[in-house]
Amino acid sequence: MPSILEHAPALQVVLPLAAAPLIVLVRSAAFAWAAASAVSYASLAIAVLLALRVAEGGAISYAIGSWQPPIGIEYRVDALSAFMLVAVSLTAALVAPHARRIVSAEVAADRVYLLYAMYCLCLAGLLGMAITGDAFNLFVFLEISSLAMYVLIALGPRRRALLAAFQYMLLGTVGATFYVIGVGFLYLMTGTLNLVDMAERLQAVEDLRPVLAALAFITVGIGLKLALFPLHQWLPNAYAFSPSMASTFIAATATKVSVYVLLRYYFMVFDPAALFDRLPTRELFLALSVAAMVTASLVAVFEQDVKRLFAYSSVAQIGYITLGIGVDNVDSLTGSIAHLLNHGVTKGAIFALLGGVALRSAGGAMSVQSLAGLGARMPLTALGLVIAGLSLIGVPGTAGFVTKWYLVIGAIDAGLWWVVAAILASSLIAAVYVWRVVEIAYLRPAPAGGRREEAPLSMLVGALGLVALSVYFGLETSFSVGGAREAAELLLGAQP
Amino acid sequence: MSGFWGHYTYFVTVFLMVAGLYILIARGNLLKKLIGLSVFQTSVYLLYIAPGKLVGATAPILADGYAVYSNPLPHVLILTAIVVGVATLALGLAIAVRIRDAYGTIEEDEILERDRSEPDADAEPLARPERS
Repeated sequence: MPSILEHAPALQVVLPLAAAPLIVLVRSAAFAWAAASAVSYASLAIAVLLALRVAEGGAISYAIGSWQPPIGIEYRVDALSAFMLVAVSLTAALVAPHARRIVSAEVAADRVYLLYAMYCLCLAGLLGMAITGDAFNLFVFLEISSLAMYVLIALGPRRRALLAAFQYMLLGTVGATFYVIGVGFLYLMTGTLNLVDMAERLQAVEDLRPVLAALAFITVGIGLKLALFPLHQWLPNAYAFSPSMASTFIAATATKVSVYVLLRYYFMVFDPAALFDRLPTRELFLALSVAAMVTASLVAVFEQDVKRLFAYSSVAQIGYITLGIGVDNVDSLTGSIAHLLNHGVTKGAIFALLGGVALRSAGGAMSVQSLAGLGARMPLTALGLVIAGLSLIGVPGTAGFVTKWYLVIGAIDAGLWWVVAAILASSLIAAVYVWRVVEIAYLRPAPAGGRREEAPLSMLVGALGLVALSVYFGLETSFSVGGAREAAELLLGAQP
Repeated sequence: MSGFWGHYTYFVTVFLMVAGLYILIARGNLLKKLIGLSVFQTSVYLLYIAPGKLVGATAPILADGYAVYSNPLPHVLILTAIVVGVATLALGLAIAVRIRDAYGTIEEDEILERDRSEPDADAEPLARPERS
């Protein structure tokens, strides 16, 4: 196929990467929005194209600059990375084009173009992390996306955003540096940075101390980035104080891509047999995941700020994702990988709807109480929140249910009944904090003098699109579960 | 050199690593935290560079008479890592400056104290810092 499509893997990353400096050069808010939207749609188109080609003909290997792997940097699209690329670019395409109103309301006019530039860089970094087959290249993309994220958070409308960004920057940099220390050890032991090549060469030196050290550093480093309990301290403030558009995008994508990195290392670089049988990996992930699912949900029940409430809920939901790693069979991993997408669209929907609420409220802090009367003031937004909330709980017919179904099947298969109980308990607690929001939105009267005005149509379309997806993936699972199962089988098939 | 002292670069690396992390965690001043972060990142440069060096080796030149050469790849990687480190430090300093504009201090406990005592100041949209 001698066409530009042959270079789709490179274009996936290069388009958003090139858009960012262009936006900074033009310095126009309208152009920045148009460019960011165009890039988001283009990324989605390329990701879908790549996913179709992978489904047809297996993994695609693309040699950057025609330097053949393992010497050169390889971009490698297999079932797992294709799924991740679609998940990230799908939410991106529903967030950026619909964010115009809320961005101009929350960010000073002369800084709007910078927000879009950072968004493009962040998108490039996340897509790059998902597509690259090179350990050090992955670190560079991790830092590109992280640095852009720190700036996005610091652009938040309140001064607390600055401290939130600063603290996330400290922890995020420590996490990325831990990751690069781990890669350093692996490079010392294998002499290669290509992940496929590294996996082969690691088999000879598997049990040596530096490899174990590398495993520990990568686990902690990536654990910080994906907000693995108890390394989640940066997350609530980072989500709560960033501009609405940024919190929607970050909540839907950033931690998920880090989970992807962890999956790739655990199942395709290190020897999973050694990892799960000779080391207490299974127990570690089960314990931390259950702790996250229960404690973070409990904190969410008592949280006063709406965005922090849903941020803690994210920590709990990440617990579900990592739980699948701990259970370690095809069903549970299918649940984990499907939840990367399912939770992404669900939480993206919630933060996008909250963006509309922020636009129509007096500004400033968004307490749970300020949602009073939302059902009457903004009926569509409130309805969307309810549906997305149901998906968080895992009610049948929503995306969240599909995930939990597979996690529960996996846990029963592995004979882990207490894990099943923990999933149910955590779902019940989720019902409590979602009900708190619903009760205040529908049963409390709106404060006198409150405006009755629905969010602007442009924002509603994007937010309700995400809500619709969180229902769609609950009913029609051929992509979400089908793709996830293929990826899970790929991961477990890699076991020698 | 062999045995204990043969690994002395690792001891230096680990000392810098732990010292940097300690400063980062133990100090409340945002600037000192950034210094700790930089020391921590620098230790990683050493971790990569030191094993690439062979005693008596030359630069990697493809010609007769150059049999033993140092591995150039770690240098390239660390060049990238240094760029990342510089970007992080610059961003950290920029945010620290804006925190000082908004709060009038860069001591973490004082900032948190101000968030508690003046929640209303926080509810207002951030005033644009005025500078000439």
